[in-house]
Amino acid sequence: MRSGPAFAAGLFRYLPIVFLLLLWHMASTFHLVSTAVLPPLSSVLSSGYDLVSTAEFWDNTGSSMYRGGMGLLLAIVIGGALGIAMAWWKPIRYVSSPLVEIFYPLPKSALIPITALWLGFGDASKILLIFLGCMLPVTIGAFNGARGAEQTLIWSARSLGASRWRTLLDVVVPSALPELLNGARTALALSFILLVSSEMIVARKGLGYLIGFLGDGGNYDAMFAVVLVVAALGFFADRVYLAFARRVLRWRE
Amino acid sequence: MARINQGGAPMASPEHDSGQLPHFVRSFGWGVVAWLPVIILLVAWEVVARSGTVTPFMLPTLTRVFERMGSELVSGELPIAVGLTLWRALAGFVIAAVLGIALGLAMARNRFFYWFFDPIISVGFPIPKIAFLPILVLWLGFFDLSKITMIAFNTIFPVVTATIVGVYSVEKEIIWSARNLGTSERGMLWEILLPAAMPQIFTGLQVALPIALIVGVLTEMAMGGYGVGGSMQTASRMADSLGVFAGIFEIAVVGYVMVKLMAMLRRHLLRWHQESQEPTTV
Repeated sequence: MRSGPAFAAGLFRYLPIVFLLLLWHMASTFHLVSTAVLPPLSSVLSSGYDLVSTAEFWDNTGSSMYRGGMGLLLAIVIGGALGIAMAWWKPIRYVSSPLVEIFYPLPKSALIPITALWLGFGDASKILLIFLGCMLPVTIGAFNGARGAEQTLIWSARSLGASRWRTLLDVVVPSALPELLNGARTALALSFILLVSSEMIVARKGLGYLIGFLGDGGNYDAMFAVVLVVAALGFFADRVYLAFARRVLRWRE
Repeated sequence: MARINQGGAPMASPEHDSGQLPHFVRSFGWGVVAWLPVIILLVAWEVVARSGTVTPFMLPTLTRVFERMGSELVSGELPIAVGLTLWRALAGFVIAAVLGIALGLAMARNRFFYWFFDPIISVGFPIPKIAFLPILVLWLGFFDLSKITMIAFNTIFPVVTATIVGVYSVEKEIIWSARNLGTSERGMLWEILLPAAMPQIFTGLQVALPIALIVGVLTEMAMGGYGVGGSMQTASRMADSLGVFAGIFEIAVVGYVMVKLMAMLRRHLLRWHQESQEPTTV
């Protein structure tokens, strides 16, 4: 019977959100604001329900997820590997760190027209954009984490006869993991921003494109519904990622 | 939370051999060596662009990009674009900083504020707020108001959470002794909590500033209206790749300078704090 109080506590915690949604609904049903500007929650939900049953919606969702997932995967794998390599081999550090320092503060959204110029309006340009935009937070996290690996642990591993590779895999990579995963969370948030905005700006497919398309057509109920879907996707992706990261880092406790 | 760890970026600091050369010559020499990879990258760009393996449309030569920037500088386009982008990004950033610090303090000190805003912050932080752009345009129009609102909306979250963490981490002993000495609630806020929480708050601001630039450029690309993002988008539509690459350079310099300025400001403002004695690397 633990779920009862926990549910009540959760409900109490999220009550302000329910309150905001109610406020939204009342504002438009009592015509405090024009329904053209803020459609009532009920009509947003019903047009959202209609939208979810169309193939068009799932087609766009699928291509957004594919782009975001591929770009993020590349960013985490390559960015993480680069960060660890920078901490482990000095030559790589000397070559990469000035480049990281130059590219890190570049507002990543400026890459949207460049990637479109190189690869067009389709999937490849979005994947490249997300990869380039999300890589550096992972790299910096992995670098800091790997550099923070305790020197005594490395010495012990080496003196116990572990090869350099084994030491890297068994000591340095696990110590880099917490900060690498933290960087990857930043990358996840950034990937949603880049994905949605690049689809709004240069695309013929995807949820961002769908938002722009519905908005241009004046179909605001459906546009609000897609915006809510994107917001929910971003929120749940973050929560799922957190649960995953906690599982991966369970050994630390 | 969506943290871009400003304090974390590495920088090569080769161990100096103490030679006989005067310090500035040595540090200049090391500066050149440390930046060699960047120089090589730029030279490689020029060579590849000249060799004809890629079309000038895909990768114009560096010299032509710089010429373009020079002519935009003379014609006044560059200062106007950079100025507009900076104005919007900084206006949104300052609004988010003031409101975010105020809200964070209120949440850290008042249970009702905490109850009401905590779920909103924790749901609002991870959602891609840029998706709300068409709604903001619907409400606030196409001009600066909607752009600045969008920037503030995106940047306020890291400031609020950093402020709460900062206030919570103020040592209880400091608060107790201030109270014992008869500090008023107001004095507590201005003389104890804010200064003691400042290192964390500043970290939040350092996370927020690059987001302000990213979103600023995005709103200009999506909605037009001059600025670096707007002119890059126009150039891209007109297949003017020189304009696109010039824009990348301009915004890269702006981003770099802003991040450096924030780090300098941190060192200056937080000189009293031991944490800022460590070199800030980005």
